[in-house]
Amino acid sequence: MQTNEQAQKSYAQLVKKVSPNSPILKNCILAFFSGGAICTLGEVLFQFFQNKGFAEDTAALLVSGCLIVLSAVLTALGIYGKLGKHCGAGTEVPITGFANSVVSPAIEYKNAGLVLGMAAKMFVIAGPVIVYGILSSIVVGVVYYFLGG
Amino acid sequence: MIYWKAFLIGGLICVFGQILIDKTKLTPARILVLFVCIGCILGGLDIYPKLVEFAGSGARVPLTGFGNLLAQGVKDEVDAMGAIGILTGGMKAAAGGLTIAIVSAFLMALVAKPKQK
Repeated sequence: MQTNEQAQKSYAQLVKKVSPNSPILKNCILAFFSGGAICTLGEVLFQFFQNKGFAEDTAALLVSGCLIVLSAVLTALGIYGKLGKHCGAGTEVPITGFANSVVSPAIEYKNAGLVLGMAAKMFVIAGPVIVYGILSSIVVGVVYYFLGG
Repeated sequence: MIYWKAFLIGGLICVFGQILIDKTKLTPARILVLFVCIGCILGGLDIYPKLVEFAGSGARVPLTGFGNLLAQGVKDEVDAMGAIGILTGGMKAAAGGLTIAIVSAFLMALVAKPKQK
């Protein structure tokens, strides 16, 4: 497992050296446009919900909900994974990427059982995100409590 | 106008993630963890809410916005409940999004077939 990973890494480095033009610029442009497009879609939904009379917090939650459900459906159809290969961080960093990281392993491991397969693997990436997110929020809370706002 | 701002800021945050992926050995999972922590700390410092004010969903939709949500949740809860809010604020703020993600993952896993690799 470890050696396989190392082999992959050294191969990736070799590819990087041999590749004629740097793929970073291309990757960044793709990430910019795909990530920007997802955020713009979020803003369209946000304006829609605000016009319907929802408060800012509620509208923001509804936007997240819509994007998560959309991402879940696209993941199940195998479309989000294909997009991710081209868009990189553009599809990983938005909340849709977080949703993809929850839905994708849930589908892939469902044959391993509904408890230790689907349910456990659901949090392979989301788990660490939640753990460190909550820990940071506690740091923020402690500082805010003692130093005031 | 707000749509262009959302596009610009959201795109730039993703480019930052892409540079981290390409230039460092950080895996996407670590980058997501890093982004949530950055968003939470910037939220705690009251910097991120200004970005949300400027770019709307351009700042809310990337995972840094989720971190900011946790920070704002903790602050509101400390204001309302005192010290106990330090423990409850983060999870309360995250509750809606997480529940939607869990329910949709469960439903999709029931209907979708895993693909053989």
